[in-house]
Amino acid sequence: MSDELLVVENLKKHFPVTRGIIFQKQVASVKALDGVSFTVNRGETLGVVGESGCGKSTMARCIMRLLDPTDGTVTFDGRDITRISQAEMRPVRREMMMIFQDPYASLNPRKRVGFIIGEALEVNKMGSGAEIKRRVQELLDIVGLNPEHYNRFPHEFSGGQRQRIGVARALAVNPKLIVCDEPVSALDVSVQAQILNLLKDLQNEFNLTYVFIAHDLNVVRHISDRVMVMYLGTVAEVAGRDQLYSAPKHPYTGALLSAVPVPDPELGRRRKRIVLEGDVPSPINPPSACRFHPRCPRFHEGVCDTVDPPVREFGDDHAATCHYPLESWPLTEAQMRRAEEPVAN
Amino acid sequence: MALLEVRDLKTHFLTDDGIVKAVDGVSFSIEKGKTLGIVGESGCGKSVTCLSIMGLNPRKMSTTTGEALFKGENLINASSKRLREIRGNDIAMIFQDPMTSLNPVHKIGDQLAEAILLHRDVTKRQARARAAELLKAVQIPRAERRLDDYPHQFSGGMRQRVMIAMALVNDPDLLIADEPTTALDVTTQAQILNLMNKLQEEFGSAIIMITHDLGVVAEVADDIVVMYAAKIVEQAPVDDLFKRPHHPYTWGLLGSLPRLDTDVDRLVQIPGSPPSLLNPPVGCRFNPRCAYVFDRCKSELPELEPVPGIADHFQACFLDEQTKERENEKLQAGSLAGGTA
Repeated sequence: MSDELLVVENLKKHFPVTRGIIFQKQVASVKALDGVSFTVNRGETLGVVGESGCGKSTMARCIMRLLDPTDGTVTFDGRDITRISQAEMRPVRREMMMIFQDPYASLNPRKRVGFIIGEALEVNKMGSGAEIKRRVQELLDIVGLNPEHYNRFPHEFSGGQRQRIGVARALAVNPKLIVCDEPVSALDVSVQAQILNLLKDLQNEFNLTYVFIAHDLNVVRHISDRVMVMYLGTVAEVAGRDQLYSAPKHPYTGALLSAVPVPDPELGRRRKRIVLEGDVPSPINPPSACRFHPRCPRFHEGVCDTVDPPVREFGDDHAATCHYPLESWPLTEAQMRRAEEPVAN
Repeated sequence: MALLEVRDLKTHFLTDDGIVKAVDGVSFSIEKGKTLGIVGESGCGKSVTCLSIMGLNPRKMSTTTGEALFKGENLINASSKRLREIRGNDIAMIFQDPMTSLNPVHKIGDQLAEAILLHRDVTKRQARARAAELLKAVQIPRAERRLDDYPHQFSGGMRQRVMIAMALVNDPDLLIADEPTTALDVTTQAQILNLMNKLQEEFGSAIIMITHDLGVVAEVADDIVVMYAAKIVEQAPVDDLFKRPHHPYTWGLLGSLPRLDTDVDRLVQIPGSPPSLLNPPVGCRFNPRCAYVFDRCKSELPELEPVPGIADHFQACFLDEQTKERENEKLQAGSLAGGTA
């Protein structure tokens, strides 16, 4: 059995933009994902960060086959699942589950908690009614809820408790992989800490593999073993957690890191922020060559906007897609702007 | 004299289930040109405090008592007419959600001009020119042309900048910002915080910043008020609060934040969730979730008292100084135990 649980290669998802009511013709496409490749090893957590609209959630949905990718392959546990039928997909779904962002919208308000958590067990015919009930109560206990709350409705729970129900639902069928799409961004800090601790404990106990999507860099650093930074449907940088946070190579990663507020007033005053100008461009008409070039402080005309940036390797398991990677970290704003000649590939 | 002085502010809402004491005896003050951060979890009364100051709570269903002295004038019993004059002119507010606080069927320029026309004796053309000027001040490119755009043509960050422009229309002395960056990405958040900082230097306004993000207040605030269940539990200058926090709830908040600069295996977690304000716990309101609780906490409500030896630092907790120092050292070293799941 190989070490790689999930291998994603050159994954693309383009949504068509159409005009006309009867004779619809495609006038453009939203390139939500445009060539994303990465691997996730067994038992590790891959954190995925990026601004809203960079394709994080689309990626999660493509991995789960909730959306059909336009191009590329997703290999799960040694099997290519990109183009298999829904019927063939069903047993695979048991192995990969998802936790959603909004604990208020992701639980059916008209179903009891016991049903919500046990539904996957029932669908997969994993036991009799009594067995399922016992399993659900066990799950409620695992995620720190009272097993007697089996018959309650979602509205009777607070936000943090609902997210625990979401976690229990994902755990029910003993999956190998759990894709968490912003599981804590709707929660208060103290509750967020409870859920993060819970996810970590469960990982140790059941040897789970996570793909953890978030926009909060502090949270991602806390929970991840490796981190992937996305920008406008492409991968900007992938690295081991410590490497990425202590020696980022892509200017976008650098800018993200310097923008995170630090809960330490002294440190905050000493630190220099690199403030990016403007907004993330539209994925309908993404910038040519390097997607980041219109906002990049290291932009070189004639290079960044004409030549596709190469994927550069920096030692073990650290890669950044950039012509002018950062030489060191932290950098002052002047150093950030003064990039050397392009490093020979 | 302080620009705004709030004394024993209480806001109670009448609901079908009883009286909700959303704000229960809150006092603080803010000087000209300073920034006050109010932190706390959802439902702790941060926003209601500010709405009460602005007189924006529904009068029929709520009662507000206490004093909010703005330049010596009490806003709590001011007439609606007088409040309308003050709002948007002397005190302005930035709301949390830039997606819903702009009117989707009116042009950005008209919405900005409305606030100018209300408070100033100017022509429409002058108001429009002022609106363009403000859009430029908040760094929106091609400001004149974007006056005729509708809110949906703006991105989230740009809408929040329009909200800031709208608040600054009449050079207010006090700006109340209710979670101004919560809905935004970190890079956009950095832009907005920079902008607010610059504008404060330029216009010399005082800012009250409501947020649940301790990282944000650490960067922008001069003083911090920590609220829990409708009451202030700790109040201190920013450096002091982060260096010597005195309340177990503040420890919990600080410890529950994953940080870029320190490594911890487990985060400190505050067990449970905030209490209902319909019938808050007897004694210290934090006692059911506190890891250091003892008998006195369950019967007596601790008052906000000065911390001995430190100026301007107030806290409401019965724990003795030695324990606090010891636990604070643990917190700074990243080894505070906290509760369990």
